[in-house]
Amino acid sequence: MSVIDAGVEIAGAKAKAPPIGWRRWLKTDSASGLILVSPTLLYALLLLAAPLLTVVVISFWTQDYLDFDRNLSLKNYIEAWTEPLYQLLMMRSLAISGAVTVATVLLAFPIAYYVSFYVPQQRKAMWLFLITIPFWTSYLLRVFLWKVILGYNGVLNSGLLGTGIIDEPLTFILYNANAVVLTLAHAWAPFAILPIFVALEKIDRSYLEAAEDLGDGPIRRFCRVTLPLAMPGVIAATLIVFIPTVGDYVTPKLVGGTDGLMIANMIQVQFGKANNAPLGAALAISAMFIVASIAVMIVWLNRRSMRGQS
Amino acid sequence: MSARGAGGWLKTYAVVYLAFLYGPVLLLPIFAFNDSTIISFPLKGFTTKWFEQLVNNPVLQGAVGNSLYVAISAASISTILGIFAARASARFDFPAKRGIMGFIMLPLVLPEIIIAVALLVILIQLGLDLSLSTVILGHVLVCTPFSIAILSSAFQNLDRSLEEASLDLGETRLGTFFRVTLPLVAPGVISSLLISFTISLDEFIIAFFLTGTEPTLPVYIWSQLRFTAKLPSVMALGFLLLVLSLVLLLAAEYFRRRAITRTGAQGAATGGLM
Repeated sequence: MSVIDAGVEIAGAKAKAPPIGWRRWLKTDSASGLILVSPTLLYALLLLAAPLLTVVVISFWTQDYLDFDRNLSLKNYIEAWTEPLYQLLMMRSLAISGAVTVATVLLAFPIAYYVSFYVPQQRKAMWLFLITIPFWTSYLLRVFLWKVILGYNGVLNSGLLGTGIIDEPLTFILYNANAVVLTLAHAWAPFAILPIFVALEKIDRSYLEAAEDLGDGPIRRFCRVTLPLAMPGVIAATLIVFIPTVGDYVTPKLVGGTDGLMIANMIQVQFGKANNAPLGAALAISAMFIVASIAVMIVWLNRRSMRGQS
Repeated sequence: MSARGAGGWLKTYAVVYLAFLYGPVLLLPIFAFNDSTIISFPLKGFTTKWFEQLVNNPVLQGAVGNSLYVAISAASISTILGIFAARASARFDFPAKRGIMGFIMLPLVLPEIIIAVALLVILIQLGLDLSLSTVILGHVLVCTPFSIAILSSAFQNLDRSLEEASLDLGETRLGTFFRVTLPLVAPGVISSLLISFTISLDEFIIAFFLTGTEPTLPVYIWSQLRFTAKLPSVMALGFLLLVLSLVLLLAAEYFRRRAITRTGAQGAATGGLM
């Protein structure tokens, strides 16, 4: 930047953007980028930020028959955090989601590892495409299919009865928390594989050779080199599966029975039949808050353990 | 354990895993043609009557029309919004770029019920009626991040000297964008349209919360799940939906690969989602 340019900039700052400085600024990368991104940003502000803020505000109001009492109060939050039913649904959502996350990530890791380390370069894209196809098909239909599979007269029971493996239909497989975990783990599998795969792809293969040259066997090499370097992908997969599944509505409703219902089902009831939107809003905000806290904690723990290793 | 031995085990595991992924979906073609009102083994024989039931059903036809209208609108709007944001993030450095892009991509990780509830609340507060338009508003929000992911890799792989040549030859910036840039990223645009269309067509929760009296196809399917007698025709409908999704995805994949040069192999492999 020349002296004159710098002078103009300073003058511009002093006079609060006179025409010359303003026009000059419009030609910079900053301005072009901001102007270009603004329609999309505006859409997200109007239809995501504003609605979320409204939910926060409403959660401090109270339902007064058909109208809202707009005096701010913590009543909904006290109810959301002390009522045993809501506590139970919240804890169950977290437990189911946690189980789904652990199962999904553990099952996904070997696939990601296989595609990254054993599949030839030119066939990797095909493998990943094969893995992601089911993810793009209707979520509702995939969940419904599990109901069809696990039902009392369902595909699994009728198949097992027909082959004589069992004498009477299995009843513990539908309408409980296990069915929810199984269905969700199936639905979210592709989402866990991708981030782990990306992290594994980034590992410089010469590190692995170095570890081998220095005398590490395959298992020690995996634990001391591959796994630590793949951790960012594992953490990303954990969050990508955990955060949305806590708020899942369709799966518990279709395969969960009464013992598998989760917090999202209660939120829907409050906005629908129970006609208590403020309480529903408080439940939604509380769930988001808990999930966000857990996510932050996972990231923080990972950072700390990474620092401990180096 | 030798490296090759591990590879063999992993390959077996990978094949079993794929079977687990595809197993449930494979039931659709089997039971869509099965001549029985109950979805269970043993199979009873071949029939196409479940498909015939779909043909003369005005409510279903209405739902299909609604879904097409919503999906085409959502795909077009989210792709346009995606072009703006992807171009901005691929080409320019601007203040708070990470924060702004992260915020726009947020619907990727937010539980859909949160988005649905938030939109429902603000629409009611503004006194607006629920309709197909409100479903479109919600779908654009969830489709845009996918559009941006696909279009970003297309814009990043663009050879900037082609645009500079056009400017040097006297074309305006707008003219350059429409006559040089856009044709070059066209495969990415088509891929984004197809993927957004597929997402909107299959999306249930937001449509369930925001639809008024006109159901979309997934909302219609949801209403049918309560009736056991309707399940075989739901399987038939699901099979048709699956075939349509597959065709759209294969087309999207074809265009996405054309959009990306071999140099972007890694981004290509994950569909630019990461």
